[in-house]
Amino acid sequence: MARAASTQRKVTVTVAAWIVSLIIFFPILWTILTSFKTEGDAINISHFFQTAWSIESYFEVQSRSDYFRHFFNSVIIAIGSTVLALLIAVPAAWAMAFAPTPKTRDLMMWMLSTKMMPAVGVLVPIYLIFKTLGLLDNVWGLMIILMLINLPIVIWMLYTYFKEIPVDILEAARMDGATLGKELVYVLVPMAVPGIASTMLLNIILAWNEAFWTLNLTAAKAAPLTAFIASYSSPEGLFWAKLSAASTLAIAPILVLGWISQKQLVRGLTFGAVK
Amino acid sequence: MATRQTRTLARIMSAPSIIVLFVWMIVPLVLTLWYSLQRYNLNYPERAGFVWFRNYYFFLTDPAFIQAISNTLILVIGVLVITVVGGILLALLLDQPIWGQGIVRLLVIAPFFVMPTVSALVWKNMLMHPQYGIFAWISTSLGIKPVSWLTDYPLLSVIIITAWEWLPFATLILLTALQSLDEDQKEASEMDGANFINRFIYIILPHLSRAITVVILIETIFLLGIFAEIFVTTQGGPGYASTNLPFLVYVQALLNYDVGGASAGGVIAVILANIVAIFLIRIVGKNLDA
Repeated sequence: MARAASTQRKVTVTVAAWIVSLIIFFPILWTILTSFKTEGDAINISHFFQTAWSIESYFEVQSRSDYFRHFFNSVIIAIGSTVLALLIAVPAAWAMAFAPTPKTRDLMMWMLSTKMMPAVGVLVPIYLIFKTLGLLDNVWGLMIILMLINLPIVIWMLYTYFKEIPVDILEAARMDGATLGKELVYVLVPMAVPGIASTMLLNIILAWNEAFWTLNLTAAKAAPLTAFIASYSSPEGLFWAKLSAASTLAIAPILVLGWISQKQLVRGLTFGAVK
Repeated sequence: MATRQTRTLARIMSAPSIIVLFVWMIVPLVLTLWYSLQRYNLNYPERAGFVWFRNYYFFLTDPAFIQAISNTLILVIGVLVITVVGGILLALLLDQPIWGQGIVRLLVIAPFFVMPTVSALVWKNMLMHPQYGIFAWISTSLGIKPVSWLTDYPLLSVIIITAWEWLPFATLILLTALQSLDEDQKEASEMDGANFINRFIYIILPHLSRAITVVILIETIFLLGIFAEIFVTTQGGPGYASTNLPFLVYVQALLNYDVGGASAGGVIAVILANIVAIFLIRIVGKNLDA
């Protein structure tokens, strides 16, 4: 009796959860479906599925405006800014986690507070500095900006991971005569790799999707996908399938990365406040 | 444990991060403050000069400013209400035993990974478009006249798009918090015959309070800076109907080339964000001690 009731309950909850999740996912699903339609099918929305599957839009997106250059801009900017941030953040987080001083806590808080600065507050000077230095529409300039805006998150996330590495192990290694360098390479790094990897994933996601600086500091040459997709905001004839194809390509890699790293995401995005 | 040698080394190791963040925070901000007191338009560089608070006066008395501030607040509060309430409900639903929980979870969090320009364009053209959008199709099927979302309800449309992007974030964090609720505690209260409403009010909600606070504060930081969603959908219009503070500053700086006025707007945005930031820092700081 009780089991029948609980099975019935599970069925109801399952159906409800699936309906809600499909509604939430629908815009993405619809975009992917539309990307495989012809332009004619794409605007004929009374038919949910297409009459024929077509990959023509994908080719058109590429031939129309060299899609893959923007794709590679995104890759270079996302990965470059992440590597730069890690180079600066790993030593800092290590120092703060294993050799804390009375000031460490204030320092961490101050770093976090730089993240609160609204981008518009510094848009004007950054724009003018970039203009003077010839960094506008330049992949390297953007890489540095994205490194700076994500640096506090990277340091924080690494710090919360490093904090969980038992200090005893480091001391045991030191007792055995390991130098600081050896301690770092043989003891700390292997234990820290998972934390560094998830920090890296989260930062790539954030950099890939960043859409304030990428829109304001790039034009045709260095535009990553965020800015390239924005160029579709002024429609030209029938472009629904092409827009969908460009969008699908732009979100697919990061959707996969995001799904892989969803568990670590919570901790990174809440600065360790929710685990 | 820390010897003098390690302490020196620790200092050297954290120095680069402190220096770059310090430069990044101070230099542009001081420049923004400086420009905000200048008359400086890139179109008329010869007419530059120190004007004290004139830019602030013009900016603050501009009717667009008042509307931008109120739009900013409506946008933040609207999205917060939808995502927090929706996030709690969704988290409660997904916390139940269901078939295919893993897949459902993936579907629900997916919108968070979609870049803002893509989500805004997809909503604009595929869902909200008055002719070829899904909403128009649903309306027509039901015999109702399709709504032209972006021209008739611009701010509401931006709120809906942004809420769709942030609902997964709220759900994911609240679900994580919910799953850490002690099973025994839940069972005990069920044994005691507490109904769902009581359990929700006395056990679940207090347990979620910290996560809810974190969601509200972090979302606020990002929502104060919403830009791309407006940039690709309404361009702040019609008129100033969907212009928020970041978009207004962008228009002043990069479309009107008014460096002074835009900087004054930037300073105001910084002040606004700082009020929120003070609260966030306190909360996160408390969690550090815990």
